[in-house]
Amino acid sequence: MNDLVIPTGQGLYCPAGDFHIDPWRPVERAVITHGHADHARSGSKRYWGAAPGLSLLRERIGYGAGIVPLAYGQRVEFGPVTVSLHPAGHVLGSAQVRLEHQGQVWVVSGDYKRDPDPTCTPFEVVPCDVFITEATFGLPVYRWQEPAEIAREIHEWWQDCKAQGLCAILHCYALGKAQRVLAELMRYTDETVYLHGAMTKLVKLYRDAGVAMLPTDAIGNQPKFFDWKGRLLLAPPGAGGTPWMRRFKPYSTGFASGWMRVRGSRRRQAYDRGFALSDHADWPSLLRTITETGAKRVLPTHGNTEALVQWCREQGIDAAPLKTEYEGEPQHDAAAVADSEDPVANPAG
Amino acid sequence: MRQFAALYAQLDATTSTSAKLAAMQRYFADAPPADAAWGLYFLLGHRLKRVIPPTRLRDWISQLTGLSPALVEDSYAHVGDLAETVALLLDARLDRIAPDQASAPPLHECVALLQSLAGADPDLQRDTVFAWWQQLPFEQCFLFTKLLTGALRVGVSAGLAARALAAQSGVDVAVMQHRLMGEWQPSAAAFTALQAVAPAQQSPSQPYPFCLAQPLDDAAPDAVGPADAFLAEWKWDGIRGQLIRREGQCWLWSRGEELLNGRFPEIEAAAASLPDGCVLDGEVLAWKDGAVAPFALLQTRIGRKAPGKKTLADAPLIFMPYDLLELDGVDLRAQPLQQRRSALAALCDRSAFTPSPTIDAQNWDALRAQREQARQRGVEGLMLKRRDSVYGAGRKAGLWWKWKVDALTIDCVLVYAQAGHGRRSNLYTDYTLAVWSGDALVPVAKAYSGLTDADLVAMDRWIRAHTLEKFGPVRSVEPLQVFEIAFEGIQASPRHKAGVALRFPRIARWRQDKPAAEADTLDNVRALIGR
Repeated sequence: MNDLVIPTGQGLYCPAGDFHIDPWRPVERAVITHGHADHARSGSKRYWGAAPGLSLLRERIGYGAGIVPLAYGQRVEFGPVTVSLHPAGHVLGSAQVRLEHQGQVWVVSGDYKRDPDPTCTPFEVVPCDVFITEATFGLPVYRWQEPAEIAREIHEWWQDCKAQGLCAILHCYALGKAQRVLAELMRYTDETVYLHGAMTKLVKLYRDAGVAMLPTDAIGNQPKFFDWKGRLLLAPPGAGGTPWMRRFKPYSTGFASGWMRVRGSRRRQAYDRGFALSDHADWPSLLRTITETGAKRVLPTHGNTEALVQWCREQGIDAAPLKTEYEGEPQHDAAAVADSEDPVANPAG
Repeated sequence: MRQFAALYAQLDATTSTSAKLAAMQRYFADAPPADAAWGLYFLLGHRLKRVIPPTRLRDWISQLTGLSPALVEDSYAHVGDLAETVALLLDARLDRIAPDQASAPPLHECVALLQSLAGADPDLQRDTVFAWWQQLPFEQCFLFTKLLTGALRVGVSAGLAARALAAQSGVDVAVMQHRLMGEWQPSAAAFTALQAVAPAQQSPSQPYPFCLAQPLDDAAPDAVGPADAFLAEWKWDGIRGQLIRREGQCWLWSRGEELLNGRFPEIEAAAASLPDGCVLDGEVLAWKDGAVAPFALLQTRIGRKAPGKKTLADAPLIFMPYDLLELDGVDLRAQPLQQRRSALAALCDRSAFTPSPTIDAQNWDALRAQREQARQRGVEGLMLKRRDSVYGAGRKAGLWWKWKVDALTIDCVLVYAQAGHGRRSNLYTDYTLAVWSGDALVPVAKAYSGLTDADLVAMDRWIRAHTLEKFGPVRSVEPLQVFEIAFEGIQASPRHKAGVALRFPRIARWRQDKPAAEADTLDNVRALIGR
């Protein structure tokens, strides 16, 4: 039997249903798992996406694009293939894609996590024959602490900064992580948090979707000699080390990312503090999910696929890495990585 | 252990020098002296001898976690630090016994226990380590395993630790630095003695802190003053050392405060000709036929204790002094260099040593001309020391300058990459570079430094996308990227595949403009030998 989903130059492709999943080049029909830039790209003719994430997809793909919203669990036919979207617990409106054809069920996980997250619908286990799973943190060293515990650490750091007369600048991804931090911190405070310009719109879209978060205000709205001491600011990683940071001096910097679990990453990126808060599955969650889906064949993609393939094989599960161009959680500063796919060109000749 | 782990975490969590100083001061004040002594010992960069080989630790962590050796290996390659890998893997086990914060013993007991494990029965070693691994909280588990592997390094310089202790105890920084030199056995008594305001009895083996030089700006050397204010010497390519003659014995210390006694018997024999109460600063050099021999020859002696007759004949060594720090038991460091030099000359006249010659040059042009000859003479360049300079502790601005000869360079092709360690863990930063020999690429150098962080990240992504094969932690890559490699010298070497060995190779430039086919050939490289 032919594979229901194959990698191509455009992205993951379902030949039987003639559509792509999260294509990285323009195609006719695109099913989108979530609104992160490496999954939701503009230029395709028609899109399908989960209804709760519709506003985020519009923000990313463009308001003129034709996007068909699907409720979680709602079935649509692409020729002989039945497709439905199921919660992935990654960010607001994130989805796994279930494909059924001639009695075979495949699931493409997109990005997912199993930890509690007040900003999105929890992950749903979808039984399947073949599971295409993300593997961003596919190594046994990655296990997340309770998000509430990490939020407590962030809050403590903020209070320490306040005591020392410092501004606390927390770097985090603008879509998903920022909103999760704002929601988690509600356990500890009701103070206003100040946002970098790249985040204000996305935070508003989350609020419009009914997600409860700390009060926020745009950094740009504040008067010229505003006193930043003791304030918490959220900014994307790319803003770190730029002249934009100067006006907040003296400050302490933090980074909320799963990569902060490892000391080397923390030290290399020269943030004062690292908080291992991730929207991706940790190692125990990856294993648990693979087991719970009952999949007989597992195809890990983007990230540390090799260890996960190794583990599956040790368990007697058929597994092979699937080569795609998704980034997962970018490990390096967005500033250094930029958006291009291959920032280092081969020299001429 | 808990307090030291907390200090370690605080030092790790900040890049601010003042915050580090404050954290160390608090630790010295709060920790019991027996623990603080060991804490200080590690802060100064001293290590314990390795108790258990890393391969055995990897086997054990595999047994304890139930992870296959391959998964442990992948994890280690990703994290880049064995102790951290162990701590993370244990922390990721869901069935782990809830760690009791209070149960970890004090640091000095922990060290004693580790030392008692060395050479113990392997089963006892294993059971003890397992018990600790299971009960220690994350930070302490990490430190405990670091101590086991003998690889504990704390992210502060010895100088900063000395400053913190000096501030805490009210002792002058230079005095504290001197007290901390050489060998001392950590104990509560030793720690208390270090903090005593009155000078304590010092061991005769104790060296002085080394005075260090700054690199001179090649573009405008005369910016530092008139040439005749400086005394010029050759910058030798050997091992900097301090030779101490006191109480009828001698000690030879390296700049890294390693005691070199027993390795260089000819130097110890010569030291017997020195009067008691005298300390020389100088260079250990391989010396043949009245001239310095390449560093490679000295290198054959470094690791060898109690060398035999043949070794001594093949690679004869000398100690060439260039400063006199103590004479007749009197500390001369506060005297101007000119006076110390005269005293050194007089001392050499009545002992078996020859001082490093001074170079006669009246102006900067003459000095530059001398420097041009450095490579032919087998030296690294010039040392310029102010004639009126005291012998300072550490790198004192404006007193001593090193003016090195320009490095040699070649263009090489990247052929292998390996992930780095520490802050470069999980980044492919360690490069093997090759030159052309016909149609084949022959590796000539390994380089670990020279690129900016942004370049390293960009290259890491390129390497991952252009990997040909993986050999454990090493990847072979498509031979497309060209780097200009700078190095200090080149020697013919039968031990290397390319037949040459480069001294201090590092990346000078990333030649993104250059196709691989235009990189240097092995013939070009060999032609540099003896230049």
